[in-house]
Formats: sequence, structure tokens, C-alpha cells
Amino acid sequence: MLKRLRENKSAQGTLLASPTMLWMIGLLIIPLLLTLVVSFGQRSPDGDVIYSFSLDNYIRLFGYSTDCDNGQASCFDPLYLQILWRSLTLAFNTTVFVILLAYPLAYFIARAHPLRRNTFLFLVLIPLWTNFVIRVYAWMMLLRTQGVINLMLGWLAGLFNIPFTPLEMLYTPGAVLVGMVYEFLPFMILPIYTSLEKIDNSLYEAAADLGANGLKTFARVTLPLSMPGVVAGTILVFIPVMGTFIVSDILGGRQVILVGNLIQRQFLDARDPTFGSAASLILMILTLIVTYFYTRKFGFGEEIVVA
Amino acid sequence: MTAEFAVELQDVVKRFITPEGNALNAVDHVTMQIKNGEFFSMLGSSGCGKTTSLRMIAGFEWPTEGEVYIEGKAMGHTPPFQRKVNTVFQSYALFQHLTVFQNIAFGLEMEGAQKDEIEKRVKHVLEMVQLTGMERRKPKQLSGGQQQRIAVARALVKVPDVLLLDEPLGALDLKLRKDMQLELKALQQQLGITFVYVTHDQEEAMTMSDRIAVMSKGKVQQMGTPVEIYERPANRFVADFIGDSNFFEGRIKSLSKNEAVVFIPDLKAEVTGIPVSQGLVTGEEITVSIRPEKVLISEKPMNQNTFRGRVTNTVYIGTDTHVYVDLMGKRVKVFEQNRISRLDPGSFYTVGQDVTLVMMPENVLVLKKE
Repeated sequence: MLKRLRENKSAQGTLLASPTMLWMIGLLIIPLLLTLVVSFGQRSPDGDVIYSFSLDNYIRLFGYSTDCDNGQASCFDPLYLQILWRSLTLAFNTTVFVILLAYPLAYFIARAHPLRRNTFLFLVLIPLWTNFVIRVYAWMMLLRTQGVINLMLGWLAGLFNIPFTPLEMLYTPGAVLVGMVYEFLPFMILPIYTSLEKIDNSLYEAAADLGANGLKTFARVTLPLSMPGVVAGTILVFIPVMGTFIVSDILGGRQVILVGNLIQRQFLDARDPTFGSAASLILMILTLIVTYFYTRKFGFGEEIVVA
Repeated sequence: MTAEFAVELQDVVKRFITPEGNALNAVDHVTMQIKNGEFFSMLGSSGCGKTTSLRMIAGFEWPTEGEVYIEGKAMGHTPPFQRKVNTVFQSYALFQHLTVFQNIAFGLEMEGAQKDEIEKRVKHVLEMVQLTGMERRKPKQLSGGQQQRIAVARALVKVPDVLLLDEPLGALDLKLRKDMQLELKALQQQLGITFVYVTHDQEEAMTMSDRIAVMSKGKVQQMGTPVEIYERPANRFVADFIGDSNFFEGRIKSLSKNEAVVFIPDLKAEVTGIPVSQGLVTGEEITVSIRPEKVLISEKPMNQNTFRGRVTNTVYIGTDTHVYVDLMGKRVKVFEQNRISRLDPGSFYTVGQDVTLVMMPENVLVLKKE
């Protein structure tokens, strides 16, 4: 038996992959199928799922409403489309800000003395040791009306005798953006660092040798060669930001509702798993579409692994 | 091309701080003048300062002391992209994200050349390195030898005053390396561009160079034509590093106008009639050297400068047979050319055989002690 296994390479592969396969089938594929089934169901008045084939949940998501102000039976309400659009733009903005912040830092680390690089990477990773939720609460302490930032500004204004009203920073889209950028920064720094670190120093020298100054070297050599890292980082940041609800829950309150919050509330507060399932699937499809077009243009950042 | 020298290093020092915190002169007061149109090599083992010297010409490093001149102009801290020199890197340093065409066009685009001008020049230089038709390939799709040619083409397309080559053939196999040596030499003669070539391979340096600087421990040990360096090594290091040599410790017994008699205690014998030119004095301790191929084996004893010995080992290497002869406890290497095709082992020198070695005085070199 063992001897036969030793000779059979494909059986070895199957054996090695099977724990993960079983895990994924049991905890991803089957729940996903259940979600699909539930999303076509209807909510009973006491919050149970009535299995049927109804598109009501999807129609509702795309703006069909039976709760109208003007007494009509049905009308168009863009509430959920606005939530989807808000999630999409927030994920996009977060990714852009994260790239803008992460790239220079990754570049700095990659160009630092080899002995110091590990220290810097260690520092980048330290926040990940603290619980995600605690880190978001820390931002709440900073941003709220009586928070650290407002206290500092008030003190400064007092020094110069300028009248000061505390800034309303918490529970704004800006607060959610700041929190998201902060939370996902390390996931962009690491892949960009990895691809930058691989660029041989002689390539920079070759570019200089051929007449390129620092700016041209960056545009023509550094940036294209580090794109795999940017692409990989974008995938690592964009997809989770699309679905997360903790940051917007704590820093956005009732003001900044994202798809993640919508889904969470459908399952927990509104007790309508059918609508929650439909929203989950739409979120997944939306993410897949965006990722598909993005990777078709830029690849998966696979060179980062291969090269 | 008005200056006398294409490149000039004047008393250049490059000091590095080692991780232990000590100062180390990687290049230690080097002065050299490289003529226009010359194929000049810096030869030495790793850590001798040859690559650092080259990098200071390219502008990747700046001298701690001294000055580098290119076409008569002091370079100071001029960055690489403002120097009219181009480099062929040991690793080739090709841009993997660009095609062959884009790689070669890179330097021309930086100059702001017109599109059709770029196309013309890239085409021309690709013909020169015999890689026409490879424009659209990526460097990874090419063999090592082809990548090497692209690296040369990318540097040459800029028509530099000086082309710097840092062990460009190091990664190629022997046969290809020999072909490329001749090709590079032909290219250099055809273009008339000054080549500064760094290598640790003495045969490579000999094959291609007009002049060679032999370097060791950051210093130039000798500068000269391949013939000068081989036939008249300046010191024991050069005699040992370039080719093979037999060394004997000796003392000047007597001096005439341009000939010396040297006594060699190890052999309890003297060599007479050695041509000498340096300022030597009678009684001075010196080193005597003779190349293995210049030691002759004679069947019969002769009168002068002959030594009786016994064969201790022979090694057949194809073109030559290396015969090791014991001369009063001192091992002497003799290279005998295999001029005649033969298989019979008895026709070679055999271990234990008594032979007479002849060291013709004109083949014996007197090297001063450092």
C-alpha cells in the first residue's frame, strides 16, 4: 500500500491536497450553496425561512420597494444600490490611499541596509499583534469630539487665542476611510516590499548608466518591476475592504453603512436571512467582477511568486 | 576625442568601512592612463580592486581621494547618467520587463532621440552583434550568450567614448567564452572605441588586451602589454599570477655592465650571464624565476647552467606534458610540448629517470625582493 503510494505521484498530490479540499468543501462550497438557496427564499412573519423560488430579495436590492411615502403600492428606492456604490467607492479609495502610503515606505525598507530591513518589517507587522477591533476603537479615541486630536487642537487654539469648536470627525465617511487605510496598510506594504526587494541593484545602475536620472529610473524600471507587488497588494486589500463591517460599524456608526453592515444587520437585527443571503451573493459577484477586470488587465501579481 | 587619454585615474583611493568598523582601501593610490582606442584590461583575483576601479570610472562609486578623468575632464561627483561611458554588467542587468528592442532603445530614449532614429540605430547595433530578428523577444527567452550580446548592444548603441566591461563573459561556458573574446576584440577594433575590461582570467586578458594592469590588494602591480607582463614580470606576484613560474631564492654574486651571476643556495650552483637592467648591487638577495616551458630537458650533461635532477612525476595534459623534476630537494616544473604524436609510454619521461635541466640565462629573470 505504502509502496504503491510512493510510486504514484498523482495519488500523493491528492492525499496532500485532501485536508484542505475537505475543509473548503465543508466550510465554503456547501455554505455558499446554502446561501444561494436561502437567497431565493422568503421570510416568514416570525423570521423563519420559507424555501421557495422567489426573486423578491434581488428585486428589492436593486431598488423595488413596497414601502412608499406617497401611498403607492410600489416605487423605486435606491437605498441598497447606494450602499453597494458606497462600498465600492470606499474600497477603491482605500486601495488608492493604501498604495500611496505603502509604496514609499516599502521602497524605503527595500533600499535600507539589509541588516535593518528585518527590523523595519517587524515594525510594520507589530500592529497586527493587537486585536483588529481594539485597533479600530483606538481610532475612535482619537477621532471623537472629546478625543485626543480635538483636545490637542483645542489646546493649540487656546495658545493663540483662536475660538475653537471641536471637529466632528467620528461617524463620517472620512473616519471610515482613515480606519480602513490604517487596518489594511501592512497587506500592501509586504507584497510591494517583496517585489521591490527582488530588483537587483545592477538594474538601477544600468538605468543610470544609460542616461536615466532618478525620476526616469523610477518610472521606467522601478515601478514596472514592482507592479506585481502592487497588484497582489491591491487584491489583498480591495476584497476584504469590500466585505468588512467592523470598521464602518465602529467609526461610521449609523452614518456610513456598507454592504457588510447591511448583511450583518439582516442576519442579526432584522432577522431576514433570505435578504442577507441575497446581499452576500451580490457582494460576492460585484467583487468577482471588479477583480476579474482588474486581474485581466494586470495579472494576479504571480511574478512575485515565480520570478 | 581631443584629450590624450580616454580615461585617467590619478592617485585614486577608495576607502570602505568594513562591517567590523575598520577602514579598508579597496583601491589604494592607483594611477593609470588609458589611451584612446585602446583595449585595456584590469586583471586580478577577486578583491584586488579592479571592479571598484571600473565602477569609479562609470560613476557608481566616487573616489575617497584622487580624481578620475574621462576625455581629460575631471569627473568629481558627476553622476553616471551624465558620463559618456557605458557599462556591460557582469549580470548583464537586462530589463526583464522590456523586449530586446526596448532594452537597447532605453538609452537612446533617455537622450531624447527621434523614433525613426532609434529604430535605425537599434537595427544597426543588432546587426553588429548578429542578433537581427530578436527585437520582440524578452531577455529571459534568450540564451546566456545572446543575453550577453544584448548587454553589449545596449551599451554600444549609445556610442560611448569608453565602454566598460565588468567580467562580461564570466557566466558563459569555455567554448562560447573564447568565441566571444575574439568577437569583442574584433568589435573593438572595428569601432575604435576605448574598452576597459575587468577580468580575473589571465588568458582572457592576454587574448584581447592591448595593455593590461595587473592588480592586487588595491594596487597596480604592473602595467604593460601582454608580452611585457608575461616575459618581464615586474615582481614575484606578477610572475606567479600570470602563467606558471619556478622560483629560487638567490644572491647576486657578481655584476658586469648588463649581466649578472647569481648564486642559488638551494641548488648549490650559480647561473651565469643573466641579462639585468634594474639597479642591483652585488650581494643583494633576490628571487630568480624561470617559466616552466623555458626550462629545457637535455639527455646529456652540458657545461653551464645545467642541473642534474630526477623525474618525480609526469602529467599528460594533451598539448603539453608537465614533468616535475627533483633538483636537490627542490621541485621544478617543466612543460614539454607534445610535438610528436605517440602512444608508447616509454617514449615519455618516466618517474625515477635522471635528467639534465638547462636554464638558458636569457630565460632567467631576476626579481627584486619587495
